[in-house]
Amino acid sequence: MSTKKEVAVRRVRTWLPGLLLVSPSIVLIAVFVYGMIGWNFQLAMSDKHKPIHDGEFVGFANFVALWSEARWLNAVGNAVIFTAVFVGGALVMGWLLGLLLDKGVRGEAALRTIYLAPMAISFIATGLVWRWLMNPAPIERATGLNALFANLGLDFLVNDWWTSPDFGMVAMALPAVWQLSGYIMALFLAGFRGISDDLREAARVDGCSEWQVYTKVVIPQLRPVVLSAVIILGHMSLKVFDLIIAVAGKQIITDVPAIFMFDMVFEVRDPAKGATIAAYMLMAVAAVVIPYLIWTIRKERSEGR
Amino acid sequence: MRAGVKAATAAALVGVLAATGCGGGGAGDNSEVEVFSWWTGGGEEAGLNALIEKFEEDNSGIEFVNAAVAGGSGTNAQAVLEGRLQSQDPPDSFQGHAGAELQDYIEAGYLQPLDDFYAENGLGEAYPEELVDQISYEGSVYSVPVNVHRSNVLWFNPAVLEEAGIDEPPETVDDFIDDLKAIEEETDAIPLSIGAQWTVDHLLESVLLGELGVDAYNALWEPGADWSTPEVETALEKFDAILAHSQEESASEDWQEAAKRVVDGEAAFNIMGDWAAGYFVNDLEMTEGEDFGWAPSPGTDGVYMWLSDSFTLPEGAPNQEAAQKWLELVSSQEGQDIFNPLKGSIPARTDGDPEKYADSAYLTEAMEQWKSDDLAGSFWHGVTVNNAWKTDIDTAVGLYLQDDDLAALQDALTTAAQE
Repeated sequence: MSTKKEVAVRRVRTWLPGLLLVSPSIVLIAVFVYGMIGWNFQLAMSDKHKPIHDGEFVGFANFVALWSEARWLNAVGNAVIFTAVFVGGALVMGWLLGLLLDKGVRGEAALRTIYLAPMAISFIATGLVWRWLMNPAPIERATGLNALFANLGLDFLVNDWWTSPDFGMVAMALPAVWQLSGYIMALFLAGFRGISDDLREAARVDGCSEWQVYTKVVIPQLRPVVLSAVIILGHMSLKVFDLIIAVAGKQIITDVPAIFMFDMVFEVRDPAKGATIAAYMLMAVAAVVIPYLIWTIRKERSEGR
Repeated sequence: MRAGVKAATAAALVGVLAATGCGGGGAGDNSEVEVFSWWTGGGEEAGLNALIEKFEEDNSGIEFVNAAVAGGSGTNAQAVLEGRLQSQDPPDSFQGHAGAELQDYIEAGYLQPLDDFYAENGLGEAYPEELVDQISYEGSVYSVPVNVHRSNVLWFNPAVLEEAGIDEPPETVDDFIDDLKAIEEETDAIPLSIGAQWTVDHLLESVLLGELGVDAYNALWEPGADWSTPEVETALEKFDAILAHSQEESASEDWQEAAKRVVDGEAAFNIMGDWAAGYFVNDLEMTEGEDFGWAPSPGTDGVYMWLSDSFTLPEGAPNQEAAQKWLELVSSQEGQDIFNPLKGSIPARTDGDPEKYADSAYLTEAMEQWKSDDLAGSFWHGVTVNNAWKTDIDTAVGLYLQDDDLAALQDALTTAAQE
């Protein structure tokens, strides 16, 4: 029989090394992530519109004022269009590619590598190539994709890409879709493979067509995959900066909140406004991520993990 | 390469030292001088290197630390600089556009006034009076201009103009619009090539100057200026009419691509600063007068819309005396004549040696005009407005390019001037 003291020592022995091991990261994250987020919100709620101002507390005045600015409305609109096309496009493309590979195409390993390869490229490099591909010059001076269309006699496809005032952001999302589709494909492929063949066999025996096997059996089980994909794409999309800088530079026509923020912080030197935009971006990402976290935690609990 | 690594290591070391111990500033022993700029390529870098060589020759006891940060027109450099100034780790001298762009630094107390330096070195007389006037902030000067570029230059392709039956470059904004129409009708060329959004800002300043005249233009940047006048409205309407003759894909081109269209014969006109001359001659190997011609932008004959790179003396600079030596060099006739022929700009002083610039017909002409013309400051290049105002105008122009709403543009410009 062990004494009380021995029990206590043993308990400490079990949790103390673990705590010591993770404590540096806890401290660093507390200061450099959450501390900085807190500081950002404090800045956003001040009137520190020049670096030399002290910054009095003004509540949510900056948050409200932003919505009366034409540039902010424009940037938010652009980000929404970009996000919708990017997330939707990458999901559909990734799902299609995953589906085709799942059906047992020959040389699957090679194709998988090819589709995944764009993931390894930075948005800046992708952007530079697509800047050329999506050159908006009309037929007589066309280069890039416009020249390809013109040479194939598909003149009706020649368009002004990202420089179009209405559909510019749709074109801007194409390079992003190209880059991330392979990754989403890998997610879906793993999902498909995770569904046991017995289930599919059972469905087939019950008289399902191949299409019905996918729509009624496979896809409903892929909800977690779709959700993870939406989260990953969504948070990338709301923060997009480098791709747009590489394709279009800093122009209002493709302005997004991240570029607006950069301008406010480094060009105009308005810390409060920059922090306000950063805060909105964080909230937008949080709106996507937090429900996911809650959902995962609940699920893990219900599964008794 | 070795030297580059050494310099980088030295710069990093200086940074660490300054960050750890010498935050208070003024603690250096003047055995070195750290100069911050964004001159990292082309003629700018060549000019800076020639200046460094001269500096080390004259000041053998002072090591020059070149803290240049790459990135077009200094955007990246300014972000780095801002961080250093806020953490009270200033370089000994840094580059900045002369004029209101430095206003934020001055208000923040980052810069020392250089009035005594000007008096000691006779700079008040060496520079044009209007220049010293236009870069003064509340009666004091805070920077030493090294060079001068001209913003209001109309570049044209003589062959294309001939094809359209135009003998002379246009003298007024109205003539310009007529010429653009003639080129549209008579030739296959693009009448006016422009580039991405910032080149439209650049065009706007030339049109405002050409249509309003130098006094009214300069008055636009005074506190309380009224931008809602019918005169500004007319100028903006003409600006709109001019833009209608530019190429569809302009947003996807930077200034080089747009300017190149002129010497390639694809476009008739381009309005861009005079760094285009260096680009045409040195990079594209074109011949002045043959492959391209130039004139003051329409309506601005006799007015020099200028911008200038200058150097400063930050508050708390570790090696003040060495920094003064640097400022002496860059403000001297000798220093400016070393730097400017390489950079492709003219000296800010009026006593430059014309022989040093004789290779370039453009620079030779520009030096003469710098002495005799009226001066107007470029807004886009940071002479007349601070960064906040400039960004407001840029945003207004960008929204106008997207929505094509001229009234909204004038409203936004009016509001920007009142803030």
